[in-house]
Amino acid sequence: MTLLIALLLVIGLAGFAYLAARARAGKMIVAAAGRFGAVHSRPVYHGAYVAVLALAPALIVLAGWSLVGERWIEQQVVGALPAADQPVDKLDRAALMNEVRGLVAGDLPQAFNPVAPKLAPVYAAAVANGDLLAGALAVALLCGGGLWGYGRIRPDFRARTAVESQVQAVLLLASVVAILTTFGIVLSLIFESIRFFGMVSPVEFLTGLQWSPQTALRADQVGSTGSFGAVPLFWGTIFIGAIIAMLVAIPLGLLSAIYLTQYAAPSLRRWLKPVLELLAGVPTVVYGFFAALTVAPLVRQLAVAIGMSDASSDSALAAGLVMGIMIIPFVSSMADDSLTAVPRAMRDGSLAMGATMSETVKKVMVPAALPGIVGGVLLAVSRAIGETMIVVMAAGLAANLTANPFSSVTTVTTQIVALLTGDQEFDSAKTLSAFALGLVLFCMTLVLNIYALAVVKRYREAYE
Amino acid sequence: MATIAASAAAPLERQPTDWASPEMQGRIAARYRAERNFRRLGAGALMVAAGFLAFLLFTIVRDGWTGFLRTEARVEVMFDAATLGVDSAALRGPGAQAVLARADYVALMDKAALQLGPASDMLSDAAWLALRDRLVADPTLIGRTETLWVPVRSSIDLLAKGKYDLDAPADSRGVTDREVSDWRWLDSQGRLRTVFNQAFIGNADSTEPELAGIGGAALGSLFTLFVTIAIAFPLGVFSAAWLEEFAPRGRLADIIELSINNLAAVPSIIFGLLGLAFFLNYAGLPRSSPLVGGITLALMIMPVIVIAARVAIQAVPPSIRDAALGIGASPIQVVFQHVVPLALPGIMTGTIIGISRALGETAPLLLIGMRAFVTDTPQGLTAPATVLPMQVFLWSDDVQRGFVEKTSAAIMVLLFILILMNSVAIYLRNRFERRW
Repeated sequence: MTLLIALLLVIGLAGFAYLAARARAGKMIVAAAGRFGAVHSRPVYHGAYVAVLALAPALIVLAGWSLVGERWIEQQVVGALPAADQPVDKLDRAALMNEVRGLVAGDLPQAFNPVAPKLAPVYAAAVANGDLLAGALAVALLCGGGLWGYGRIRPDFRARTAVESQVQAVLLLASVVAILTTFGIVLSLIFESIRFFGMVSPVEFLTGLQWSPQTALRADQVGSTGSFGAVPLFWGTIFIGAIIAMLVAIPLGLLSAIYLTQYAAPSLRRWLKPVLELLAGVPTVVYGFFAALTVAPLVRQLAVAIGMSDASSDSALAAGLVMGIMIIPFVSSMADDSLTAVPRAMRDGSLAMGATMSETVKKVMVPAALPGIVGGVLLAVSRAIGETMIVVMAAGLAANLTANPFSSVTTVTTQIVALLTGDQEFDSAKTLSAFALGLVLFCMTLVLNIYALAVVKRYREAYE
Repeated sequence: MATIAASAAAPLERQPTDWASPEMQGRIAARYRAERNFRRLGAGALMVAAGFLAFLLFTIVRDGWTGFLRTEARVEVMFDAATLGVDSAALRGPGAQAVLARADYVALMDKAALQLGPASDMLSDAAWLALRDRLVADPTLIGRTETLWVPVRSSIDLLAKGKYDLDAPADSRGVTDREVSDWRWLDSQGRLRTVFNQAFIGNADSTEPELAGIGGAALGSLFTLFVTIAIAFPLGVFSAAWLEEFAPRGRLADIIELSINNLAAVPSIIFGLLGLAFFLNYAGLPRSSPLVGGITLALMIMPVIVIAARVAIQAVPPSIRDAALGIGASPIQVVFQHVVPLALPGIMTGTIIGISRALGETAPLLLIGMRAFVTDTPQGLTAPATVLPMQVFLWSDDVQRGFVEKTSAAIMVLLFILILMNSVAIYLRNRFERRW
């Protein structure tokens, strides 16, 4: 609450600084009797300059506090307990803090933990003090910055230039967010993976054939160590995403693209292309629901009909088929682009020699467009192996190393979701393994993407 | 020279092709046949893709349209002060609302349900809510009898909608003989009606299919998208403007460009891992909240917006920039007063496509805990919430049969919103995009 008031106060004061600086610059123009060029910048720029100087540091302080404040408060609260009563476990600590917060907010009529009621006033005081401190610091910085900027207002002060370099800095910062995100992803994956590889050797992870990540509650239970050989997951991912899905998507996508670019009348093309794009716009959770509820039973019936009585109801085939359908628009639009980029003279030359359209397509167009098509297929593969919802909903959890499309396999993304949802303690090998799987997935898609983009780019240059 | 002349003079060794010979006619026919087959193959591939889309939409509409309907049973309720446990004197005092809020509606409902005879336990567990709402709206009903329509159990609801195959043997059709006979009895008494399911639109999640709704999830989606747009749109436009208009050619611009192109292709679940490791575990932001979900999705769709905005900004002809610079505008003024406004239709199209992707995204939100079972509409940006596609996922996991139609109905709502957004994007593109 204090923080919200501080935020409103800061914004209000900055607004006031803007008005005051603008008024002062306006007076300078009046004093110069409106002589052109007497005052370098228009009053709004003086106002904006002062307002930015005032607002930026204050907002940084408030944002920083709201990010790290909760941790500081938690330390204060837990630190108020005698050392013997302090929760050792991270989870216990979080549970205790939740109770304390609930008590203070009044959501919780009664606490389970006997120390929680004692801590409630400590928490309330820490929040109030911290918010007050942060708010006061923000207001002080605001006043300092504002006054300094206000003092710099002179007729020859180049406020517009200053404001514009501030704006440029903001634009640069916005662009840097992309780098920060990439770094954030790489760092968080690598950091957690290193912790995981401290418990499980990378060699076992990358080459082991046994995947059963359940770690036991008691140390003496059978299989308490769990085993983290991820090869069955990699196989399942490739089997569903790169084999079954591509067997569906490549022929259908390529033939659709050929028909759309070479045969379809322009009016038909105008209607059919959005239909294909609609296929790409359907949320993956809808495909997953459809795969699990409609396609999987059909596939199972088929398997039983051809004499496989033990067919799985979450078969690789069902997930792969639906994923293939989902990928069709990607393959088709990449192939479409590549086919249109083939110089018209090549097509016309082949047709003029008396080849039929299908002969031209098969012997001239597709070979010429092949690098672009291959690049598109690789991008589609990278998309398919990173796809999550279809396999979470339609593929199984059993890590089988099998090439039978009617049996159940599991994938990297399915396991990441299974490992990280539900009750979890954050430091176990089980949860950390999800980050190692994420790292492998990230590297696989990155390599595929870079290679595919390079292929496509080289091909485009060849015809330009 | 001599050799050419000699070869030209030499007699032709081959006879001209006799196109009329049966052999050649056969070959031509075979080639045309191959051509027709290839063409049919292409059309067939498109048909399969379009047919699949039609089949998907058909099964979802077939299963889902009944989700917007609800079966209700008619009961005559005597609002009896004794059963309600309220003192009629207290109702005239100032605390009347509080007294009404605490009254024992469950007992009243149980009593009223007895008139349904054999089917008295076939009313929804939350049927009493209808009594409470009615009485709170009109406290003078105390002591009077009123005819009310209250929701029935999911099994009766599904029977009334014809969702069970009643010819199947009892142990495999998913509904007991008793439920079937109760439904037949209620129906023969004329006590059932089917109406528009307001609870589905307004309510949040529930364990009972007849009470579960998408209202909470829709509001959660709205909160999440609000955060996403507030972050991704300015960031995307600003970085596109910087990269296109200000970036000095050099390593920094290259690295930024590379990052954006790579981020656009990173699987969405990786963003979920980032959200979990950084925003939740490191920064300590609240789990399951629209705030964290929105930030995560914003990072995910930012590359989409940047790429679309860059294309739109590139399409603005240089003459516009030169003219503005020529009459004394500064580079910043050129960009923000001329280039970006002219590129805005293209930027908006890209933004809407990015937002529709964020709206349909589930995987990263699973990892940051937005699969929470939330029975109340979300209270704010930091309170636990769920979103529409997550609601679809949660219901699709539920074993209760009544959730199948709810899942499909929720998908219908989701697809409707997505198609609407994409139509707006296409309209914007056609209406405002200029060819220079």
